[in-house]
Parts: sequence; structure tokens; C-alpha cells
Amino acid sequence: MHKFANPTRFFKACDVVYPWIILLSLSALCLGLYFSLVQSPVDYQQGDTVRIMYVHVPAAWMSMMCYLIMALSCGSSLIWKHAIAFSIARSTAPIGATFTFLALVTGSLWGKPMWGTWWVWDARLTSVLILFFLYIGFITLYHSFDDRSRGAKAASILALVGAINLPIIKFSVDWWNTLHQPASVVKLSGPAIHTSMLTPLFVMAFAYICFYFWILIIRLKAASNLTKIRAFEARQINIETELD
Amino acid sequence: MKPKNKRLSLIVATMTALAASVALILVAFEDNVVFFYSPSDLLKKRPGPTQKLRIGGLVKKDSIKREPGVTEVSFEVTDLNNSVPVVFNGILPDLFREEQGVVAEGRYREQLFYATQILAKHDEQYMPPEVAESLKKSGKWKGPVELEK
Repeated sequence: MHKFANPTRFFKACDVVYPWIILLSLSALCLGLYFSLVQSPVDYQQGDTVRIMYVHVPAAWMSMMCYLIMALSCGSSLIWKHAIAFSIARSTAPIGATFTFLALVTGSLWGKPMWGTWWVWDARLTSVLILFFLYIGFITLYHSFDDRSRGAKAASILALVGAINLPIIKFSVDWWNTLHQPASVVKLSGPAIHTSMLTPLFVMAFAYICFYFWILIIRLKAASNLTKIRAFEARQINIETELD
Repeated sequence: MKPKNKRLSLIVATMTALAASVALILVAFEDNVVFFYSPSDLLKKRPGPTQKLRIGGLVKKDSIKREPGVTEVSFEVTDLNNSVPVVFNGILPDLFREEQGVVAEGRYREQLFYATQILAKHDEQYMPPEVAESLKKSGKWKGPVELEK
């Protein structure tokens, strides 16, 4: 793993993976949407409304996976000072924030017809809202320092502190009475979702994961190019001032 | 100790301390974190007649009563140990059914819960109608999983 800390090698690997990840993401998305919106059965309680699950649940999973990746990258950037680690965290933050936003919005749209409310302050919903604010806080904190390395350090610490929210989100539905139902898929006794619904859900989740890596690679390359441009411009200014 | 090992142990120690304190805070504030009380909790707590709170459980079988011509509905919320009678005047959510999860917000006075809002709480099981039918037929239907424990 440590050998990919070398930026040249890392970006070379990204270039190899990039076209495949786009192909996988798009094909899984087409397949997943067809399965979840057309092929899969209605639910015995919720009818067609259950189809919101196929966009909501993967978005909620991704909101937590992105944060985990972000926190781990921040940790390794603080401890081992890997060159790419913080860049991964910084590039992941807006993607994770978007997935969290998507999970909150689709959850709200699902809550109104099924629960009878757009929003309640129960432990699950509130902890996910906090997750969204953590992402926003991370992005804002990084940009509020003139010195980029200090901003990176402060934001990394925030990301690590906020990681405590992840187990709270996951287990909120078990620890406290909530309006949100307990976990259906990731639990000890096995999934409580019928296979005909579980398969499209996993295909959609796979599409979301590939989509994340697709966008991540674009953002990482853009960030690396921006650093190069800044360094080049700084050199230009130095040369000009020397000529004056 | 090498600087990077020092940083590693510092972060691990800080995270552990932080997690422990958050856990303590959450345990201390448990009463504020729960979204609703069960009927048994309610009977134990004996809230004042003006205190607004939520109770949750299952809608008891054969307990839903509607008078013809009015929108008022009464039913019982049960946790399979105790049950509390509820009256409500308003729009019920689609998933409001007998033996289904429900959360009622309102006030409890004189052994009656006056609800101002009713929310439906569904369980974590998802399946096609045919599967639910055949489970019921074969007697493998699990019913209200959460509350049986």
C-alpha cells in the first residue's frame, strides 16, 4: 500500500483504472435502475414507494463510506505525511457531502408518504444531518487558512474528531427508540430484504461506489494539476521580479 | 520514539478519550435522545397532564374504533406488555394499520393519550406481497420482530 504513496506511481495506476471505472459505473447504473424501477417487485407494505430505497440506501451507505475514507486519509496524512493522503480527503469531502445531501433528501421524500412526515429529530436523522455539517465544516475549515498546510492540519483534526459520529449513525437505530427502522442489510442475523429486492440494491450500491471512484480520480488529477500550475506561476513571478 | 509513532499514539489516545466522553454524554442524555417511550415506560414515568411527549409501539389488534360521521379515531398502542388508549383527530399516515408500528405525539392525562400527530413506523423487512402471503400460509410469519424480544 505504501508504494502508492508515490504520486507518479499513484496517478499512473489511476490512468489505468479510469476508463474501466467509467464503464463499470455507467453499466451498473443502467442495469441497477432497470432492475430497481422496472424489474423488482413491489413491497407487501409500501407498494411502489419502496423503490425510493434503491436510491436512498446506497446514498446513505456512500455518505458513511466517504467519511470513513476521508477520516482514514486525514489520519494517515497527520501521522505518516503521505503526499496524496490529504488530497484524497479533500477531494472526497464534496462527493461525500453530496451523497449525504442525497440521502437526506430522498429519505425525506420517502418519509412523507410512509411515516407521515418529512422530518423528525430522531437519533438517526439527526446524526446524519450532523454528518452533512461535518463535511461542510471540513471544507470550510480547510479554506479558511491562508497557509494551506495549516488548513489541512486543522481540517484533518476535525475529520478525525467527527469520525466518532460514524458508529453513532450506524447503531443509533439499535441504541435508542427512533422513527427510522433498524438496519435491514448489514446486521448479524442476515438481511431482512427479499433477494428479488436485495440484488438491485447491491447493483445500485456498486454503481454508486464506481461513480465515487470515477469522480475522485477526476478531482485528484485536477488538484494535482492546480498545484503544478500554482508552482509554475510562482516561478514565473520570481523570474519576472529578478529581471526587474 | 520516532516522531511518526509518537503522532500515531497521540491520535489513538485522543480518539479513545474522545469516544469515551461522547459515550458518557450520550448515556447521560439518553432520555433526550430517545424519540418515543413505550407504553410500559409511560406508565412508569407518569408524566404531567401538560407535558408533551411521544409514545410508540404497535397498534393493538381489533382496537381501532371510528364513530361514523366524525374523523376522530381511537385505538390502543401496545408493547405487548402494556397498552395505552389513544384518541386522535386528524389525518392518519398510509401505513397506519393494526399490528403495525406507530408513534403518537401528544399529552397523557387521566389514563388517555390525546395525540396531536400520528406517525407510522415500519419494520426492517422488505418482501414482495406473494412472499408475505406464502410466509403467512406456511406459518413462518415472524410478525412484529422488534417488540417480541
